Amino acid sequence: MYAQMVQSTGKGVKSSEDMTPEERAFQARIDAGEKIEPKDWMPPAYRKNLIRQIGQHAHSEIVGQLPEGNWITRAPTLERKAILLAKVQDEAGHGLYLYCAAETLGVSRDDLTEMLLDGRMKYSSIFNYPTLNWSDIGAVGWLVDGAAIINQVPLQRTSFGPYARAMVRVCKEESFHARQGFDAIRKMADGTPAQKRMAQDSLNRLWFPALMMFGPPDKDSPHSAQSMAWKIKMNTNDELRQKFVDQTVPQIEFLGLDLPDSGIQWNEEHGHYDYTDPDWSEFFDVLKGNGPCNVDRLAARNKAWDDGKWVRDGLMAHAKKKAAAKVAAE
Amino acid sequence: MSTPLKRDEAFLQFLLRMGDNTLILGHRVSEWCGHAPVLEEDIALANTALDLIGQTQFWLGLAGEVQGEGKSADDIAFLRDVWDFRNLLLVEVPNGDFGHTLMRQFLFDAWHSIQLGRLLKSSDARVAAIAEKTAKEVAYHLERSADTVVGLGDGSEESRRRMQEALDYLWPYVGEMFQSDDVDAAMVAAGIAPDPASLRDEYDALISRVLAGATLTIPDSRFGHKGGRTGKMHTEHLGHLLTQMQWLQRAYPGANW
Repeated sequence: MYAQMVQSTGKGVKSSEDMTPEERAFQARIDAGEKIEPKDWMPPAYRKNLIRQIGQHAHSEIVGQLPEGNWITRAPTLERKAILLAKVQDEAGHGLYLYCAAETLGVSRDDLTEMLLDGRMKYSSIFNYPTLNWSDIGAVGWLVDGAAIINQVPLQRTSFGPYARAMVRVCKEESFHARQGFDAIRKMADGTPAQKRMAQDSLNRLWFPALMMFGPPDKDSPHSAQSMAWKIKMNTNDELRQKFVDQTVPQIEFLGLDLPDSGIQWNEEHGHYDYTDPDWSEFFDVLKGNGPCNVDRLAARNKAWDDGKWVRDGLMAHAKKKAAAKVAAE
Repeated sequence: MSTPLKRDEAFLQFLLRMGDNTLILGHRVSEWCGHAPVLEEDIALANTALDLIGQTQFWLGLAGEVQGEGKSADDIAFLRDVWDFRNLLLVEVPNGDFGHTLMRQFLFDAWHSIQLGRLLKSSDARVAAIAEKTAKEVAYHLERSADTVVGLGDGSEESRRRMQEALDYLWPYVGEMFQSDDVDAAMVAAGIAPDPASLRDEYDALISRVLAGATLTIPDSRFGHKGGRTGKMHTEHLGHLLTQMQWLQRAYPGANW
């Protein structure tokens, strides 16, 4: 998802006997459904894990501006341009309040940014894929934001208060984006043969990367037990992925597009759609930096940061002058 | 002077001037998306671009109505070539660095806010209604661009140098905002819009105050490039902007998006 492969302790869940009294009391609060607030005591690993998860989520929102921003200047109508601008602005806003949530844990936004820029922190693998035709903008809203919602709706109940509250707002806006994305791709699917071809191309290209957003299969994801015990991860990767497939296949059929995977089939016995797993070696390649756009995305973010240094420094210098003038006047 | 323009033809030209300014500047500002110096600026730039595109829909929508050929705002935005655009040269110049972008925004916002203030009293109710809707947005644009110009002008040595360079580069594009022609004469006669030249004193007072706060020096020269608002001679930059903006509409004619 927006935070993939965040390993918690790397060990199993501590049993109650192995916990310190503080840890036991902490776990009891979580089990009772209480929210943990920034000034409350928390195990260092819980704090560290959350910083990585929220930070990665925030970075995904920021880097996610790039594939969508790629089409703002080429949007085909004024209305589509306005919708896309509003959406990208929302994503930047999500980044902002996620960074604020992370800051309550004692890390600064600038530190997190530096870690993104030098590759120490990751962002969602999906944003390392390119947007190649206009229909991709619809598909990103429909599939990528759709997948994000499936992951983030349960996170509204996550144990850390600021993160849970940020998710409430994020989810509202993401639902809106997903509906707009579906509307955009629907126009394409119902349009001229060329438009329909664009829509099919987007779906075929983005389907498996969207499935990868939920992270590796549960059998290869042994570190999530502690995160689930702490309620910073609410469902397993495979549960969420299945939910996404079950929700999306009927929508593909409604659009009149061909299924992007010949393995998709309704399984009467399980009451779910079967589907083909993504190529997990591709997923791990993307995480290692070898996706189609990794280098360009990071280069773009680094350039923005480096080119903007004089602006940040200039505004800081001005703020200091104003503060000094105020002191002098008092 | 040639035969006075028919009122509707002049009105159409006036509306294109308003709508093309917001369209082209909105496009330029939107090029920043995801590349701003700090997250708050990414949000603010996207918000400004969004406002400007929304305003374009009003102005060009009304232009289509006045023209009476059944054209939508999209038809007008996406299916005209360079010589039919009526925006100021100022708004089509490339973004340059962040300082250039914000200085251009400030120089435009100052004019835009004064212009909309006058249009509130337009004899045409539709124009007055658009001015009413957009003036609040533009007041905010001006507040923000002025604050940023002051912050960067009166900031570090480097930021001051860059802002002065931006002002020096953009200054020759300011004069065009106050040039009057027979379109303007017809608008004044009809009570639809003010004479552009009549905005200059208020404009000069406004920008002098802000630029003094920014410790920047307004160039002495009053020379002004022209040709954008009349369509007689745009810069080379506009054609490139349009190839990007209009590509899908041109490549796939007749499609609904």
